[in-house]
Amino acid sequence: MTQSPWLKSLRTPGVALALTLSAGAVQAEDPIKVGILHSLSGTMAISETTLKDTMLMLVEEQNRNGGLLGRQLQPVVVDPASDWPLFAERTRQLLEQDQVDVIFGVWTSVARKSVLPVVEELNGILFYPVQYEGEESSRNIFYTGAAPNQQAIPAVEYLMNEYGIERWVLAGTDYVYPRTTNRILEAFLKAHGVADEDIMINYTPFGHSDWQSIVADIRRFGSQGKPTAVVSTINGDANVPFYRELGNQGISAEDIPVIAFSVGEEELSGMDTRPLVGHLAAWNYFMSVDTPENAAFIDKWHDFIGDTRRVTNDPMEAHYIGFNMWVQAVEAAGTTDVDTVIDALKGVTVPNLTGGMAEMLVNHHITKPVLIGEIQEDGQFLVVWQTDDLIPGDAWSPHLPGSRDIIADWTPPISCGNFNTVTQTCSGQNY
Amino acid sequence: MLTRRLFLSDWGGITVLVLLLAMVVAVPYANLVLPPESPWHLSTYWVALLGKFLAFALLALAIDLIWGYAGILSLGHGAFFGLGGYAMGMYLTRQIGDRGVYGHPELPDFMVFLSYESLPWFWWGFDMFWFAMLMVVLVPGLLALVFGWLAFRSRVTGVYFAIITQALVFALMLAFFRNEMGFGGNNGLTDFKDILGFSVQARETRVALFVISALTLIAAYVAARYIVTSRFGRVLIAVRDAESRTRFAGYRVEHYKLWLFVFSAMLAGIAGALYVPQVGIINPGEFSPLRSIEAVLWVAVGGRGSLFGAIIGAFAVNGAKTWFTAAYPQVWLFFLGALFVLVTVFLPRGLVGIFRRRRTEGGA
Amino acid sequence: MTVHCNAPPHGRGWHSTARRDSAPGPAGASAPDAVAAASTQPTGLRRSRAHAWFVAGFLLLLGGSLHAEPQILASQPPTTEPAMTTTGFTIVAQADPYASDFFDPSLLDAGAEARETETAEADDDLLDEAAYEALEEAAPDVDLLIQRLPEGNFNDRRAVAEELAATGDPRVPVVLGALLEGRLLATAEDPPRILIRAETGRAGRDALTGEPVDADLIASGRRIPVHNPLRNALRSLIAVSTLSAPDPERRATSLRRLMRDDVSPDLLEYLDDRVELEDDPRVMDLLLTVRALARLNVDDAQVRLESVELLRGSLLSEVRVRLEATANRDDDPEVRAAAREALDSIEARIRFFRFTENLFFGLSAGSVLLLAAIGLAITFGVMGVINMAHGELIMIGAYTTWFIQTLMPGALSTSILLAIPAAFVVAGLVGIAMERGVIQFLYGRPLETLLATFGISLILQQAVRTLFSPLNRPVQSPDWLSGTLQVNPVLALTWSRIYIFIFAIMVFVALLLVMKKTSLGLKVRAVAQNRPMARALGVRTGWVDALTFGLGAGIAGVAGVALSQLTNVGPNMGQAYIIDSFMVVVFGGVGNLWGTFVGALGLGMMTKFLEPHTGAVLAKILVLIFIILFIQRRPRGLFPKKGRAAEA
Repeated sequence: MTQSPWLKSLRTPGVALALTLSAGAVQAEDPIKVGILHSLSGTMAISETTLKDTMLMLVEEQNRNGGLLGRQLQPVVVDPASDWPLFAERTRQLLEQDQVDVIFGVWTSVARKSVLPVVEELNGILFYPVQYEGEESSRNIFYTGAAPNQQAIPAVEYLMNEYGIERWVLAGTDYVYPRTTNRILEAFLKAHGVADEDIMINYTPFGHSDWQSIVADIRRFGSQGKPTAVVSTINGDANVPFYRELGNQGISAEDIPVIAFSVGEEELSGMDTRPLVGHLAAWNYFMSVDTPENAAFIDKWHDFIGDTRRVTNDPMEAHYIGFNMWVQAVEAAGTTDVDTVIDALKGVTVPNLTGGMAEMLVNHHITKPVLIGEIQEDGQFLVVWQTDDLIPGDAWSPHLPGSRDIIADWTPPISCGNFNTVTQTCSGQNY
Repeated sequence: MLTRRLFLSDWGGITVLVLLLAMVVAVPYANLVLPPESPWHLSTYWVALLGKFLAFALLALAIDLIWGYAGILSLGHGAFFGLGGYAMGMYLTRQIGDRGVYGHPELPDFMVFLSYESLPWFWWGFDMFWFAMLMVVLVPGLLALVFGWLAFRSRVTGVYFAIITQALVFALMLAFFRNEMGFGGNNGLTDFKDILGFSVQARETRVALFVISALTLIAAYVAARYIVTSRFGRVLIAVRDAESRTRFAGYRVEHYKLWLFVFSAMLAGIAGALYVPQVGIINPGEFSPLRSIEAVLWVAVGGRGSLFGAIIGAFAVNGAKTWFTAAYPQVWLFFLGALFVLVTVFLPRGLVGIFRRRRTEGGA
Repeated sequence: MTVHCNAPPHGRGWHSTARRDSAPGPAGASAPDAVAAASTQPTGLRRSRAHAWFVAGFLLLLGGSLHAEPQILASQPPTTEPAMTTTGFTIVAQADPYASDFFDPSLLDAGAEARETETAEADDDLLDEAAYEALEEAAPDVDLLIQRLPEGNFNDRRAVAEELAATGDPRVPVVLGALLEGRLLATAEDPPRILIRAETGRAGRDALTGEPVDADLIASGRRIPVHNPLRNALRSLIAVSTLSAPDPERRATSLRRLMRDDVSPDLLEYLDDRVELEDDPRVMDLLLTVRALARLNVDDAQVRLESVELLRGSLLSEVRVRLEATANRDDDPEVRAAAREALDSIEARIRFFRFTENLFFGLSAGSVLLLAAIGLAITFGVMGVINMAHGELIMIGAYTTWFIQTLMPGALSTSILLAIPAAFVVAGLVGIAMERGVIQFLYGRPLETLLATFGISLILQQAVRTLFSPLNRPVQSPDWLSGTLQVNPVLALTWSRIYIFIFAIMVFVALLLVMKKTSLGLKVRAVAQNRPMARALGVRTGWVDALTFGLGAGIAGVAGVALSQLTNVGPNMGQAYIIDSFMVVVFGGVGNLWGTFVGALGLGMMTKFLEPHTGAVLAKILVLIFIILFIQRRPRGLFPKKGRAAEA
């Protein structure tokens, strides 16, 4: 079925509205409110709109299957407009005005940092679906994206073992996720005997578009006779000119492979993929993974969005997992009461889309497989490697000096997101 | 006498001041005293929201003072707003003390994480409230002084001035994005705990911040009125309308402009300082050139050159933004864009202009 | 004359980690007559295993006679030891480099197509059924090996590929080449049929028999996956076998490959022979370099010294790496000193080329700025409209490019060329609409045009988001816009940047001509200088305004076409250029096209020369601060407008 893009975009809010109406009409009892906090305008709309649609799809399906606890789910969509303080304000609105039972949303680290005090103050539940830098564990946030040890470290290990890489370029956009990831990687690499001069670290501003000098530097750095790879934490819009420049300067994935942590199917769908073919990405999910769960998910997505060309990606899987975990926890608890559900969420196990089971751990992170994919011409990934086991997410990296002794454990007797095992204290949190 | 001078024929300003005073009384009552079940109860969400609007209104007032009365269009007032905000944010960050996630007695979390050995020199003193408050006005004031002195002395005016202020705020944004700067990079400063020993999350603190913002705005309005109705202010208007002629009449135009610019920057800094504890975060996004342009729009919508118009504009546009982004997110930018166009083409004197015209027509 | 060469006793491995093995290999077995009958010479240097018996029987024809009778070929079944990644290899050389067509995959494919369209005899010389049969008899296990390629993981595949290469079977380079390029398919049968898809089109052939197969079967085949390490291994495996390919380009490619890997002494001898045969001067250079690199490892210090001399002046990074190693670690102090000296002279040359490269980067960054700013130089510079929607006009141009590209897939070059006028017209019309709809009411109030056009920019952005989704749009580049102009190994200029530079200059010159030589230009300048006077003289100022604004907007659209080749096409793309564009125009001097030109190139150059020292972020900040200070010194920019108009 073909549908013009503008019809489509008109349709999606319509769906939300229709859902709201039908939910109200069918159920006499109050619906369970699901807050969806993703930017629909501004710079982040490019990534977050899809997640809003994913959530609407999951809610719609749940309602079709009879809702939850015999009640319908009602999505409450708000737009924080890619404005970080507005994220906090919208969260307050969702929790205080709309009285939602759970929030799914947020993409960037800064938005999460902005939202965190509010969900803690108003005791909400937030499912955060994006891979992030770690170094955080809040009682009220459940992190369904990858922590650094579920993406960055395995990726580097893979390059070390499979490619025999000895020289590393850590290139990133200058913000907290690349900074943290690169610090962890730097510590990790040095622990594995990589010398200082074999690590090149480079930061660029958001949306950097002139990569000539940097790519030339990378080329020179990589031509010193040792196998070289680029670990890219380059964000969003800067990727297209980066890969184009790599391609134009004749750096192929065989010479200097680039492994990216922020380039997924959705980003690829907006790029000319030819300069990227053969380069790598590390995620916990790829659309190309061949499992029945994934096939069903993709079908549902295509049905819902009305366009078979749309792709699925890792954060969508994270929302899928997070939503199912929440549903299961609410069913187990028999209530949507926040404290009860938070307790019930620990240890919840739901299938992920790659054929394994995701478990919510006591540090509010989940277990995930790590997959490495090679970018193909069609914008999909060929899985070239994957971990045998599921990897539990680390809230605090053991590779960083500051967080080495810190653990997160939200079960008694610790019940703390940043418990220092040396001083036996839990600092700074409001409980 | 002074009151007469300040408020003579400023009926709009009086109305706005009365409304603000009414809010100072009503908001705490509705939030703290009335029970949540009461239909008149005002939730903390609204208190924080209105408090934010007040901070924005103060910024708009600062812009209107230079744009409406001296013809200086600054597309970079976000720079002063942001610097004031950062000064406040630094104080609040220092107040976290050893309650950060890493439990370091002195260093903020992001510094622990970036392996700082000790507090950088520019963070010294920010644990003291009075010092931080001094910086809130001093840093933006100094920047405005240097920048304005250079610009006005060389007679950089109009469009050129607008564009280099934009360059200024853009450069600041890029600089604050850098983690090496020591201000928390893109994440900025957040997760504040206390202000002067009171929890920033407590309802009472929020209400208090709201009241302080409202009172500050009132004071700033009166001060601005004082300036524009003084002899100084009349020279400024002369500068706005015929700069060369004023200069030839023997006035040191650049001095008048400079002092007004510095004052305006200080007001913007105070606005930023009021904004930060109420929204709970300060980050380089405040330096985004788009934000500064948006702030200019508040003034344009409200009505340039009337001071209270700026306050009305800030409330109107931000109120619309809050409502639209919640109810019709897709439409918001269309609306904002159309507002820009319609106001500049059809309402060159803003919302205030509508009433003024009606009044003059009625009086005629 | 033939020379029979046995594997040397100390077979240095392919990789530096190769084990040394003192056991000499047995003499090579003679090849099947059929192979010779098919006038084919297996050119594969085939690998066996590192510690395997080194087997090489091979035939060389010194003197390079093209008509020499092919004689004996070496072929030794792989030893049965377990596969190792470190291997020595056997050289199966051949007499005549031009007789190796059989092994050229591209020719094989060409043959496949020829057969489809023409007669069955078209590629008889390539694929002789009898030859195939003979081959199968000779090496029956090759079939089985090829059929094992789809099995297991990448490492298994690599082991099989190495075994295959070691067989010296003439089909192996073809099969591995197809595997490398992702054109080797396997059917679902058991055992699978292995198929080779042609480089173009949907046809293909059977990998084992060489028979053409129909497109349906090809379509049913699943691609045998490869990943980068495997691709690298395959390239090395194939490189040796294509050292004697008829196409000089392929020989060069394989030599460049060899440059990275350690060359073993037995290959060195083969290189000596190639030197005798080579007739392409460029390939010869490479060949001599590779040989010199290989000779850096020989025992004779004099030879090493000569090699260092030969490598002096080469800019290849591989050479530098090896010279560095020699300079640090060679046993002979004289060789060390020579290597150090050679390195120093190379470094001096590199410094010069790096400067040139920086210059190019600066010019190219400047040309992007010029393109982005030049439309603004009209709308802002000439008309005084602070056009904050300028970035969105660029975006419209880029979307037009994307739209035209989706309308005509498969005609990339045409679509790009067509997009230039189309983007000009579309963006120009939007510009005229803006001017007539809004801006015409705001003349004389420049600061308010800023607000109004900013509003328009928000509307345009959100309109694009609503119409085309907030996702970026993929815009492809035609081949002539990708790749590099390789001046020398350390100086490569990317074609897209060169074209954009030329394009920017063309746009600038065209605009200059329009302004100086046409009546529109005359009227534009007249209106800009003195509007009432122009009107009094009969200029329809309204129309001139609309057309001028349309011109500026159209040029912004054209810039969008160029930028779509460099960066994202999405709703936010305009934002990235707007501030830079204003800086350029203000820096250059409002109302002066030459000012914009000099300003753009100057700022581009400045950024690029700062960037290596300060990093990208700080460079940008410093440039902004520079502009702010510069404007304080010269409030009207580099080239201020003089006279009455300046006060407007």
